[in-house]
Amino acid sequence: MSVSQIDLPKPAGRAPDRADARRRTRNRREARWPAYVFLTPWMIGAVAVTLVPMAVSLYLSFTSYDMFSAPHWVGLRNYREMLFDDPRYWRSVLTTLKYVVIAVPLKLALALGAALLLKRLRAGRGFYRSAFYAPSLLGASMSIALVFRALFNDDGTVDNVLGTFGIHLGGWVGDPHLATFVVVMLTVWQFGAPMVIFLAGLQQISPEMYEAAALDGAGPWRQFLSITVPMLSPVVFFNLVLEMIQSFQVFTPAFVVSGGNGGPADSTLFYTLYLYERGFTASHMGYASAMAWLMLLAIAAVTAVMFKVSRSWVFYADEAE
Amino acid sequence: MNLNLRRWLPHTVALIALIALLYPLLWLLVTSVKPADEVVTSVDLWPRHFEWSNYSTALDGVSGVSVPRLLGNSLLISLGAVVGNVISCSLAAYAFARLRFRMRGPMFAFTVATLMLPQHVVLIPQYIIFNKLGMTNTYWPLILPKFLAVEAFFVFLIVQFMRNLPRDLEEAARIDGCGPFRSFFHIVLPLSRPALITTAIFSFIWSWNDFFAQMIYLFSPGKATITLALRSFVDQSSTSAYGPMFAMSVISVLPIVLFFFVFQRYLVQGMATSGLKG
Repeated sequence: MSVSQIDLPKPAGRAPDRADARRRTRNRREARWPAYVFLTPWMIGAVAVTLVPMAVSLYLSFTSYDMFSAPHWVGLRNYREMLFDDPRYWRSVLTTLKYVVIAVPLKLALALGAALLLKRLRAGRGFYRSAFYAPSLLGASMSIALVFRALFNDDGTVDNVLGTFGIHLGGWVGDPHLATFVVVMLTVWQFGAPMVIFLAGLQQISPEMYEAAALDGAGPWRQFLSITVPMLSPVVFFNLVLEMIQSFQVFTPAFVVSGGNGGPADSTLFYTLYLYERGFTASHMGYASAMAWLMLLAIAAVTAVMFKVSRSWVFYADEAE
Repeated sequence: MNLNLRRWLPHTVALIALIALLYPLLWLLVTSVKPADEVVTSVDLWPRHFEWSNYSTALDGVSGVSVPRLLGNSLLISLGAVVGNVISCSLAAYAFARLRFRMRGPMFAFTVATLMLPQHVVLIPQYIIFNKLGMTNTYWPLILPKFLAVEAFFVFLIVQFMRNLPRDLEEAARIDGCGPFRSFFHIVLPLSRPALITTAIFSFIWSWNDFFAQMIYLFSPGKATITLALRSFVDQSSTSAYGPMFAMSVISVLPIVLFFFVFQRYLVQGMATSGLKG
């Protein structure tokens, strides 16, 4: 077990078991057909559930299609309308970006803080780890979204608690400036999942490194900056990519907080919500497909940029050697 | 003194965080037994008297479909997802982790890449296909894909786990003439139990919590899941029905809570190893 290399960045380039491969070819030639038997369901899935639908949705994005009559080709019209003639589209982009940019760093900061805290606990670490993790399992449910909506509603708990400090914001759910933050809070509440990954990463940094640094006179802060941060940077990067991709696709809490329509005043019109509305409520499947493809391109672009930038701050111990 | 503070400070912070974190769950439990008038008028967390009838109201269900039936529907979908994912993902993972074949690298790269693929890109064509097949308003669209190893996260998780298993047993078995199939069923699969359990639990919980796909594919009340019913319940009732609504919420998260208590070791470990090269 080593934290030094995250598998996501370049899983395929490296054949994982090269030595083993050599050993096998030396032993005897093995039949390859069994592999394809094991892969049959996977191959059917890759083609029928992923690749063909991707191609179809790309095609549909250039058509006007309402599910009842045959799709007819409209070229780039959907994309043009989206980018130039649809203020609600831009509204949904901005709402989603605002949410991602606020919620992801906050969630990861809390996760890292909690992981560092738990690492210092001498007793009860396992208990707290599980307890902090629990919200991550429940957070995606309709029930918890309803709870958060109620907590942040007019005269809800949050309103009342803030009121005792003299802060009167009213209900967040009905306030166009604050409604998005209810979804942010619900996301941040689920910091346990990245925390668990951080904690596993922290536990794999060898204690000898810290001992050696302490001998050389490094204080706790210096140790944190020079050992913990670089050693943990691959895990930070992994969490960042993962959380970002997930956050772009948030749906259930947005649906619940907004009452299903992006309200108040379209302030919680998340991208996925608008996509659902255009595709399934208004039956503009072509338009919704175009939206989905732009989303895919946006996620791919952001991920690519993150990988590019990561070279300057993510440290892979086994490459440094 | 200083030493004491150093020792107790982390514990105090952790405890405060824990209380803040669990507050929404406590609120949910308490509100589910609050009488209607207290929900509106009282700011106290603790109810003055307990309204257990919220639960019997909730159990009546929505649109004439009772809660046991709704739970059964959810259970059917979730168990289908569990069986499908465990079988199909472990088969694929074994091929990726242990067998050599043409295009292995690109195929595995494809699986990892689909981790990033937003569901929405394939959603509409999938819907159209299932619609053409006459499978909308059935559970097939929610279960069938799970038998085709499309949840890359699980394939990835099991591959990571299998790569770390010692090969000695398989090598020895092969010398005795044991082919890849027997090797898979008798050696690798039993050893991979922790990864399979993690896959099963996450499959169950994700499928149980799912709302988007269920909302799209299921439309008659009799097919509804507990999540869908909860949503219609919210639409149909006003704030005065807060109690029954949250009673139903409690019922709907109960299986997840149960799973959590029974399997938390696997959950936390599975999450941790998915992030690190195991």
